[in-house]
Formats: sequence, structure tokens, C-alpha cells
Amino acid sequence: MTNSIDDIADEAKAFFIIGSNTTETHPVIGYRIRRAIKNGTKLIVADPRRIKIAESADVFLQLKPGTNAALLQGMAKVILDEKLYNEVFIKNRTEGFEEYAKKIGAIDLNEMADITGVPAEKIAEAARIYAGSEPAAILYTMGITQHTSGTDNVLALAGLATLTGNLGKRGGGVNPLRGQNNVQGACDVGALPNVFPGYQPVSSPEANKKFSEAYGAEIPDQPGMPMTKMFKAALEGKIKGIYVMGENPVVSEPDICKIKDAMEKLELVIVQDLFFTETADYADVVLPAASFAEKDGTFVNTERRIQRGRKAINPPGEAKSDFKILSELGQKLGLKGFNFSSPAEALQEIGELNPKWKGVTYERLEEGGICWPCPEENHPGTPILYGEKFLTGSGKAQFKAVEYKPPAEVPDAEYPLILTTGRSLYHYHTGTMTRRSDGLSDLYDVEKALISLEDAKNLGLSENDRVILSSRRGEVEAEVKPVSDLKEGTVFMTFHFAETCANQLTNSELDPVANIPELKVCTVKMEKV
Amino acid sequence: MYKVTINGLDVEVEQGATVFEAAEKAGIYIPTLCYHPDLPTFGGCRVCMVEADGKIVTACRAPVTDGMVVKTDTEEVRKVRLTNVELILASHHKDCQSCSRNNTCKLQEVSAFVGINQDRMRQIRRSVEPVKPDDSNPFFHRDFTRCILCGICIRTCQEINGVAAIDFAFRGFHTKVSVLGDKPLKDSQCESCGECLVRCPTGALYLAEPAVAEREVESVCTYCGVGCGIKLGVRGDRVIKVEGNRDNQVNRGDLCVKGRFGFGFINHPDRLTKPLIKKDGIFVKTSWDEALDFIVDKMSDIKARHGADSLGGISSARCTNEENYLFQKLFRAMGTNNVDHCARL
Amino acid sequence: MIQKFDTIEKEALEALEKEQNNDIPQIYVGCATCGNATGAQSVVQTIKNKLKKEDFKAEIKEVGCIGMCFAEVLVDVIKPGQPRVSYHGVTPEIAEEIVESYVINDDHRPDLALGYFGEGGPEDVERIDAGDVFKNQQRVILKNCGVIDPENINEYIARGGYRGLAEALEMKQEDIIGVLKDSGLRGRGGAGFPAGRKWESCLKPQADQKYVICNADEGDPGAFMDRSVLEGDPHSVIEGMIIAGYTIGSSKGYFYVRAEYPLAIKRLRRAIAQAKEKNLLGENILGTGFNFELEIFQGAGAFVCGESTALVMSIEGNRGWPKPLPRPRTTEEGLWGKPTLLNNVKTFSVVPQILSKGAEWFRGIGTEGSPGTAVFALTGKINRSGLIEVPMGIELDKIIHEIGGGILDDRKFKAVQTGGPSGGCLPEDKLHLSVDFDTLLEAGSMMGSGGMVVIDETTCMVDVARYFLDFTFEESCGQCVPCRQGTQQMLEVLNDICEGRGREGDIEHLLELGDAIIKGSICGLGQTAPNPVLSTIQYFQDEYEAHIKDHTCPALVCKNLIVYHIDEEKCTACGRCRKACPVEAISGEKKVPHKIDQELCTKCGICFQECPERFSAVERLTGKENLAAAARGRLTDV
Repeated sequence: MTNSIDDIADEAKAFFIIGSNTTETHPVIGYRIRRAIKNGTKLIVADPRRIKIAESADVFLQLKPGTNAALLQGMAKVILDEKLYNEVFIKNRTEGFEEYAKKIGAIDLNEMADITGVPAEKIAEAARIYAGSEPAAILYTMGITQHTSGTDNVLALAGLATLTGNLGKRGGGVNPLRGQNNVQGACDVGALPNVFPGYQPVSSPEANKKFSEAYGAEIPDQPGMPMTKMFKAALEGKIKGIYVMGENPVVSEPDICKIKDAMEKLELVIVQDLFFTETADYADVVLPAASFAEKDGTFVNTERRIQRGRKAINPPGEAKSDFKILSELGQKLGLKGFNFSSPAEALQEIGELNPKWKGVTYERLEEGGICWPCPEENHPGTPILYGEKFLTGSGKAQFKAVEYKPPAEVPDAEYPLILTTGRSLYHYHTGTMTRRSDGLSDLYDVEKALISLEDAKNLGLSENDRVILSSRRGEVEAEVKPVSDLKEGTVFMTFHFAETCANQLTNSELDPVANIPELKVCTVKMEKV
Repeated sequence: MYKVTINGLDVEVEQGATVFEAAEKAGIYIPTLCYHPDLPTFGGCRVCMVEADGKIVTACRAPVTDGMVVKTDTEEVRKVRLTNVELILASHHKDCQSCSRNNTCKLQEVSAFVGINQDRMRQIRRSVEPVKPDDSNPFFHRDFTRCILCGICIRTCQEINGVAAIDFAFRGFHTKVSVLGDKPLKDSQCESCGECLVRCPTGALYLAEPAVAEREVESVCTYCGVGCGIKLGVRGDRVIKVEGNRDNQVNRGDLCVKGRFGFGFINHPDRLTKPLIKKDGIFVKTSWDEALDFIVDKMSDIKARHGADSLGGISSARCTNEENYLFQKLFRAMGTNNVDHCARL
Repeated sequence: MIQKFDTIEKEALEALEKEQNNDIPQIYVGCATCGNATGAQSVVQTIKNKLKKEDFKAEIKEVGCIGMCFAEVLVDVIKPGQPRVSYHGVTPEIAEEIVESYVINDDHRPDLALGYFGEGGPEDVERIDAGDVFKNQQRVILKNCGVIDPENINEYIARGGYRGLAEALEMKQEDIIGVLKDSGLRGRGGAGFPAGRKWESCLKPQADQKYVICNADEGDPGAFMDRSVLEGDPHSVIEGMIIAGYTIGSSKGYFYVRAEYPLAIKRLRRAIAQAKEKNLLGENILGTGFNFELEIFQGAGAFVCGESTALVMSIEGNRGWPKPLPRPRTTEEGLWGKPTLLNNVKTFSVVPQILSKGAEWFRGIGTEGSPGTAVFALTGKINRSGLIEVPMGIELDKIIHEIGGGILDDRKFKAVQTGGPSGGCLPEDKLHLSVDFDTLLEAGSMMGSGGMVVIDETTCMVDVARYFLDFTFEESCGQCVPCRQGTQQMLEVLNDICEGRGREGDIEHLLELGDAIIKGSICGLGQTAPNPVLSTIQYFQDEYEAHIKDHTCPALVCKNLIVYHIDEEKCTACGRCRKACPVEAISGEKKVPHKIDQELCTKCGICFQECPERFSAVERLTGKENLAAAARGRLTDV
């Protein structure tokens, strides 16, 4: 997030929530938004589903899955045509406006309306609310990113925020709500194939030298493979061994059949987890890990706030924290610098190698979380990014007009429906934890494919009928539940349930820049069992 | 700033402050049952009545005026408060020992303060109708005989999380807290966040499995990216409850259903307790040494045969920074950048 | 503008003349809810049929309630050149006779007539308006009730209706308020707040929208003043509201009427439509540019919704709960947060007359502090129950003994209850008190909205208190502890006292509870709920003590404290009681005095009623000893 939860919730005059089922996936931020709306903050919601927060929206844009860029460019068009943009901001802090305005100006709003299925007047109304409320905050999640056009979607959002000057100020920003408790931190500390801790590119000679020296190894200066590609490489025999720590790819990855094939092909699969997961089935060795309650460490939340987790109890049996396992393994592998006495010491090492974290220590975290960048011991942290300059060569924000590209799969005669996946309030990821927590399953224990009332009628389906959903990649049997929240032609499933695994169907086509799979759109057909 | 005299003590408060807030500032206790600092005032319990400039007012709602003279302990105030509390007790469950809030109950606290006495209570007609509790929700239940109708749960549901699943239903003495259509809680809009449970001043809302912790450990919720501060309640080697950490800047105590109630996996019998190794297609328990040695051998062998880039590491967005750091370090030190995690899922 | 109204008035009179043929007999039937409940509709039908059958022409009008409920169904006949003759207790059979004898022929049937109105009536029947019922009354608010056809706007206009509005529209808003202030009009809803001041405080605030609300949520048991006005003279209330809208600058008014008043709602609907048709309501009223719309909101019958803030909550679609203090005044932040003027039905209905007749005229009626009239629903153990309107300041005694005709069956007066569940009971030595807002309040009761229940010696005062407490207990909204729990506690104690479980200290307990409920409750309902108990304790403490200490109910009402017993000396063994007893608790044979088996007796009282007065053998006994003896089955020992 460019901003903090507090400043958005307390100071935004409008929220634009797109591709985020906030009240279910980030409930506590959802509370704050509902409270703000009660106090008069305006709300625009764009989602293929009439999600709960849409009930509170001033404008709800029920777009077709995979048409975000068209919607956003349409909004930009209205802002330009009606001169609702922030001239001062554009003049002082941006570059490339002329070209952007020319490209966007050429767009036909009615065409965008056709593509998205949202009436032009509604797109305009949303644009007017967003541009007319100062400041206005954009909140998004995977509904924006999990597309082959994910990067373009984010750029389009950034374009809107840049046009209206909603960057670098309280109550504004472009704010991806991160889905997992330390997805931000895992990225920050370099669990990515292309960057070292602190987003220092592996291809940067300086960075590469710094880390190669620190780690006593020769680290390649070419990015490694993202997870999505590792499995493809495994199928091709290029990857021979995979180490899976705290992850369940045979449920969570797209196009599961292929993942399973890849897993079988591997020479070595190491799985390290709390439970014997579906992925563990494919392992050669399974290591028992400790849960968050059984270890010390730090986590980074969605607003870049580094916070302390503390050990409350011992791990069960012989289970060990991942930290301990990795330290021991590193030493056994004869690698340099794995002899840590505590996670605090590791954080110190991160700070030494990542200037943005230099000021973060366990002692300071005792007092409360710190938002990075925090370059020095006495730096208060940075809840809001881009207050003075942007991370571009010139320090100015670059306008970039994108073009709408349809998803990799579009409905056809054989697969006429679009499946879009998401999450439920009551479950988390592949359910390894939540489905083992009594009560949550009482409230949500069977995965049902949600279908529109129209499709239910057309296909002669009623609640609890069993269907086989199939795509070009696989099939799943599930009960259906007709709901009024969906438009005709759209099916929704969560990916929490291994026995009703939506990812058997999903498409593993990637966004070319971010390598994120198009989990939000794949085409399917449905047949009654 | 307004100057207010409370029981002879002078205190200065902001304009717009209530008598209750002024008293709080002066360090003077005023009993209340329906007041909650997180919520708009209700004014229904009538226990915080005080005398302000000669008039009896509810301290929680009455704004101070400059030079106001407040008396919190006149005979009239004592009498009105005492009768009010006696009246609440008249239809309240009698057995405090079996109540989950025994010793932390606001009604007990207020009863002690106003001085409930046996002789007076003998004159009171007590009528506690046996009503079946609403135990439809798996996490917390409602005991109507312990409900004092303070409305805190209702205001919480409206103001804190904006769900508004519950409200008062029926009238007068038959009033109760209910969901639309007087159905079980489970069949309502309720999102089971438990914020109402946390704020209930009595044992009317109680955990389905009552849990009093031996000690509390501050940590961060393990689920979504909001990063709510939590307190893990521990007994022996078990985590038995989770509470929101009101001191945490992120959530200030608020939690959702997963954060508050989804901790059962920690002490779940399915937890792995020993390394497993696959021998002849079957997993068998093994020692850490054997397991790690196996990994070292295999990884070294693959690296030797196919190069470091034939290895790949999938890290976890649920592990700590330090663990993720070590994980990437391990792979990079082995000579490959093939390290990633589930950021894209 | 006045000219425009003059035209409307002229048209109305012309239309009336055309509609009504005064050369033929006019028949008025009291068709308010009270009349209909007694069978007025079938009387109307019978008269119509009879006239048709006889092929005789006469006008039939369904009018509102004239207030003589004791005499329903009322049929009045005016023949050309004759005074209005009133017939009472009319059934369809009697109606046929009246048509036959008087409408068609000239026998005025003194055997069926109640009397006549005006001068020059027959000598063998009473002149009603000079009699006890009407001579002490002054009909201002009720002047049209029972007189005009409430569904015909022309009749209202013909009697001076809407002239007050026309005149008001020529006045400055401040001047209208000036007239109201000068008149000293106090709100007729019960509390008696000066109307002029209320209107003024609603005029002052600037707002894009203001509202006028007529509180017709009449809910006191036994009170039906507002209903009668709405059913009998709806235009007077509408006119008052339009004037209010003009005065405070509001374009929207609401009638908050309980849904249990279907006839009132029907008549209001019709009246609103008629007023709109004549451009007296709606857009550009009388060409002045002033717009005012009226909407009817049907309340679900919660007593507490008569409280102004609860009423506003209810219209807004919320739970009908009063807002606790401190809260903004409704006149500043009322409905939908806008300035709102809320008055009672009677307050609005009298405003047009004040404006057309002047403040002086109004001040000339009633007392210095409470000018004008008071409308009461007079009920209870009284000979002539009904709806009456008296000048403020009249003595209670006059109302009860003259207008009401004294106590039923010449029994002894015990108390009079005014102000409904919020009021109190006054004993005989308070009967000299004058009826006005302040005097009644001082004596421990109140004007209230106008219920007046007369109680005689056969009524138990503890039971009366319990009756009213049961009402407030059921009607408490449940928001605040003192009212919700306190009324329940008081009721339990009163139940105990009435049922012989009273404890020493209960009177003090009740007084303490009453004090705490009055001081602690959020709204007027709770703050006045203990009044019936406190005032009965004040004036009839001995009855409470008798119940508690001696298990004696002096009025012989409380079932658990009485036993039925047959006096052997008086019993003639006629067997009537034995045959009538529904549980066969009475045994005895011919010539053998009968006996009541106390174990079987359910104390229904049928034997007591069945025993002929000349024997009076069945008696009711009360008191500890009698009860104990009865329990031992040896009542004769006593």
C-alpha cells in the first residue's frame, strides 16, 4: 500500500474498491470502511460479483470478469473530457501527460461500456465521484492483479490516481490489500527470483556483488524462475528438486493437473509444514514446522508495517520453527552465515543488507510496528509513500496509457461460462489451518459453485444440484447455489477446498511482467450430474 | 475549556465533554452499565445518574456547562442508582459462580459500588424466566437471563463492524436482543467477529468453550495481510483463546472471525510432530538428523549433477521475515535465484 | 385571496343548498366508531329500506359522535320547521317505528325520544341542550361533531370552516403566533405546553424543510377524544395543520394515526382529497404560492409512540423509542433531523376558530392559566358516559354529578381517575377542585389527554392501580431500566397485594420504586407510570394496608381475598345458585339451605348475582379469618 490504513480510513472522502471483496478478505479494514461510509465517505465498488460492500456503494459497477482496464480507461476518459483532473499535481509531479491524454482521449466510452457491461453513465458517475472527492483512495486486491493483463490494470489504476493527484497524500493512494499475513515481508526480504532483500535487483552488479560477498557464494546475475514457471520447468525436466516451505501448491496453483504431473516428475520434493498437506503426498521428506504461536519473528502487514510475533508455546513433539530448520540445514549444507542465535540477529543482518530496513530492530519493535522505509535507528518510519518524489529516474510520476486486452480465454460455444475464483470470510487459502479450526467449518463447510439466477434457469439447476464443471484443463464436481449477486455467464468458486478444487479448472497463463496467473478468468462449462 | 466542580474537586474539560468524562478526568468513579468508550451513548441503564446543578441527569450523556456543579453521591442519587441496580438484579440470573464473567462482570462491580443488600433484596420480587440460550453460533452463545439489555452488543454490531445483524426486538419487559425474524444467530447476517462478545459487560454473551488464560502473549494474527495485533491466551501448552490487542496501531483490538476464533489448528491432533521420510513409497517417521542428512545429500547430488538452477525453492507468505530471509539466502548461497513464494496467489 | 375563498365558500353554500332539500325531513345517525359498534350501520340500512318501501323522501346523514355514548345508537330527526328530536338506544326495529311514526307521520314518540335540541319542542320530552348533559358543556372543539356530515367539506365550510385558514394566509407568520400566544392556548396532548411558544420555536430555525405532525396516537385506555374529532370533524384538524404549515414555513405534514382507527383514517383520507380539490391543500393554496401536502402515517398501536421523539422515530422507520435527554428539541431537530411542529389533534382543531374569532374570545373561555375548553371521555361507574367538552375551571363535581348524572345505581362515589395511565385518582374531598392543567397536577393527578374514569365503592383501589400499571407495563418500550424493570416490579408487588401475598414494607417499597421510576425514566411514559399507584396510596392507603395486613379487600373485588358464602338463615333453597354454578360447587336440596364447597368454588360470582335481591343469601366475605375458615372448610364457624 502507498498509504496506511489509518489515513485512508480516517481521511479519504471517497473509496474506490475494485477487485477486492474487502469485508470478507480483509475484514478489519472492512470495518473501518463501513464506519467511514457511515460518516459520509463516498464509495465506488467495481466487481463482477455484488459483494457485501457493494450494498453500501454510491455506485456499483458490476463489470465482466477480465475487463478492468477498459473500465479504468473509461473513467480516465471521463476525467479528462470533463477536466476533473488535478492540474497542479500534473504540472509539478508528473511526466507524459500529453501523450497519455491523447491516447485516452481517443477512447470511445461507449465501447468501454460494451466491453465491461457497465453502462457509460455509471462509469462516468464513478469517475466524477472519484475525481470529485479529495482525497480519494483506491483499494484493490487480486481481482485486479490475477489477470494476464494484471500489470496493465495496476498501471491504469495508477493513472487515475496520478490524474487526480491522489498520490503522496493522506487519504489517497493506490492501495493493494495484501492477502496473506506476511506476503509483503516475504517480498521485502527477497523471497523473489529477481530481487534480493529490499528489491535490489539480482542483475544489478553492485547488489549482486554485495550479496555474493555477504553470502560467500557466486549468485547468478540473471533472475531465477518464479514459482509459476518452476512447475513448467519441472515438467520439462529442467528443475529436479523443489523445496516447499509452508505452501500447498497442489491446491493453490492454477491448472492443478499439470502441477501434480510436475510434482511426480521431480527427483526431490521437500515439504515443510504444520500438517500433512495435499502437497506432502508428493514429498520425499516432510519436515514438521512450528506455527506462528510457537516462534519469534517479525511480519510485515499490507501497509508495510513491520510487527513482532512472539512465541507463546512450544511446538508439538519434535516440530521446529522454520527458522531453526533452515539454520540447521544451512549449516549442514556447509553454507556460510547460518549460525544465528536468534531471529533478532537475522533481522539485524537484513538491516545491514537492505537500507530501507536499517532502522528496524527488535528493541524498537517492542514499542510497536514500524512502516518501512526506515533507513535509520531514529527514523519514525514512512506510512505514506511518494510524498516528495517517485521512484523514477526523474522523481516524477510517469503517465502510461494502457490498452484493454481480453483475457487469455474468452467464452465460446464449448466453454460458455466464465469462472472467477476468490475467498470466503471463514477460510484461508487452502484451508489447512481454517478447516482444522472448529467452528469455522460449522459456518462454511461445503464449497458450492455460485451461479447466476439466469444461468440456473437456463440450465435447469436449483440449489444443491450437483454439476460437473469442466474447463480445457480439468473438471470438478460441485453443488451449485444460484445467487442474485452474479450476472449471467459468471460462475464463482473459492479455492479453499481441496476436494472441490477450483484450481483444477483455472488457467495458468501468466501476466508477462509480473508472472501472475490469470486465476480470475477461465472459461468453463457446466453439466448437471 | 470549561471548569466543572465535581464533589468539590475542580476539573477543566473541553467544551462538549460529558459529565462522565469530566468525572473520569477528575478520577471520580461513576457506575455505568450501558456506557462503552468505543460506542455512542445509549442512556438506557440509568445507573450513571448524578446531580448536576441541582438536576438529576445521566452523566454519560449530559454535556458539562461552564461552572457546573456536579454531585455524584447525594442521597437522592444513591437511592435512584440503588433501585435501578436492584431492578436489574430482579430479573438477572442468580448464580454468579457458574458465569463466565464471574469477577470481571460489570454488573457485579456496579452492584458492589451501589451496595446491594440482602434485606432490601428480600422485598424485591425476583423473576428470572428460564429461557433457552441461543447456542447456534459455534463460537459464542447468548444467555438471555444474564442480558441486561444495555445494547452494547447492538451498537457494536452497528458501529464497530457495520454489520447490524442484531437489534432489540419485542417491547418492554419482553424486550430481547435478536436477529431479524427472531431466528437463531447462525441464520442471520452475523459475521461471527465476536466484537459484541468482547464488549458485553455481563456473561450474557459467552464463549462456547469458556476459557480463562494463565498468561497472555502479544503477537500478530497469522491470517490476512491486515496484520492485526492479538493476544494469545495460553494455558499449559495450549493456546485457548485469542483477543484483539487494543494497544496495536493497526486494529486497536478489532478482530474478525478467523483472527479471533480460528486458532484451533495450533493444538490440532493432525499437527506433524516428527520428520517423515518416504521409504518404498510409504512415509515413515524419522529423526531430524536422518531427514536433514537426506536433504543435504539429495540437494548436493542434484546440484552436482544438474547445476544449482535445477533446484527451486518455494517460500511462504505465512512464515516470518527472518525465515523467508534465510530461505532465500539458502538458495542463493547454493548458487540459484530460483526462489519464490506464493505472493501471486 | 380572501375573495378567492369567498368564492369557494359561496360555491359550497350553493352546492349544499342543491344537495340538501330542507323541505324534507333530515335524519342524522351517529356513525362514529361508538355508534357503529352499537349497530348504527344496520340502523342506517333499515331507515333507507323503510323510506324506500314507503316511497318517502328524507335526507339521511351519517354524522360523527355527539358525545352521548350512553344513549347510542342515536338517531336525530329534523322536520321542516321543527326542532331536532333525538332518539336513543335505537335498534333497527325502533328505527322502523320512528320512521313510521315521526318521519312520515307526526307522532314524535315521547316513549322513544331522548329529547330535543333548541326551542319550541314538544312538552312531553326534555330539551337536551338545556338539560344537565349540555348546559354545563361548551362545545368548541366538538362543535361540529355529530352535527355535520364529516364526509362533506361543504358542510364544514358552511359552518365557518376554512375561513380561519383564509384569514391566516393574509397574516404575517409572526402575527399568527402572536394571536396564539395572546389566546393562551396550551397543547391539548396532556402536558399543556403553550402552543404559541412551540410554534415560535419552530418558526425560528432556518431549514430547507420543516414538518408539521398531528399526533393522533391516542392510546389511553378508555379515551377517545381524538378519534371522535377525526371521525366527526376531520377538516378542522386539517385546517389547523395547514395554518401551522404556513406559519412555520413547512410544506409537508403528517397525521400519525394509530391503525386501530380505520374509520378516522378513512374520513381523513376523504377530507384531504376534498380539501385538495378545493385548492385549500396541496400546491399554491388559494393562489398564495404556499404549498402544503398531508400524508397519513399509520402507527402500529404502541402507546409510547404518542411521545414526540418516539413518534418521530416511528415515522422514520425506526423502533419507536423515545430519545433520552439531553436531546435536541423536536422543534429544532425533529423528523429526519428537520424542525418539526408536533401538536395534538385537538390543538390543531381549535386553532382555526381562534384565528377567526380572536384571542380574546378564546381567553374568555376557561381560566386565566388554562384558557379554553377541555374534552373528556367520561366513563366508569357513571350514569351518562360519553364525550364531553367543558370550559376549563369547571368543578369536577359538576362533571360527575350533573353532566355524568351521578353514580350508577346510586352507589357511593369513591374516586375519579384522570389523565389515564399517567394520571392519578382523586377522592371525594377533591371534587371541588377546578379542572385545569395546574390544579390537577398539584393534587397528584393530571389533565392528560382527557380520560376521566369514575370509580365507586364497588371498585378496589389497589386493583385500579394494578390495572393501570398493567397497561404501562405492557406499553413500556423497554429502553430504560426504571420503566422496563420498575413497572414490572410494581406490577408484581400489586399482584401480590391483590392476591394475598402482600408483605410488610410493600407500601414503602412501592413508594421508593415510584420515586426511582419517576426520576430515572427517559420519557413521560415512565416518568408518570407510577402516578396511579402513588395517588391511590396517597388517598387510599388504608385499602392497601387492609389487603396486606388483614388480607381484606374492602371493595370485595380481589378474588383471592374473598370467599362466597351462603347465609343459612337467609337461604330459601330456591336452587337458582346451585343450577347456575358452572362448576357444581353448590350443594343442597329442596328446603335445605345450600352450601358452597370452597375447594370447588372458582369465585366467579355467578351465585352472588343469581341470588334474588330479596333473599340476598349469598354473601362475599373477606379478611384473614374468613379466608382461613374457608380454607379449613368451616366457614360457618366464624
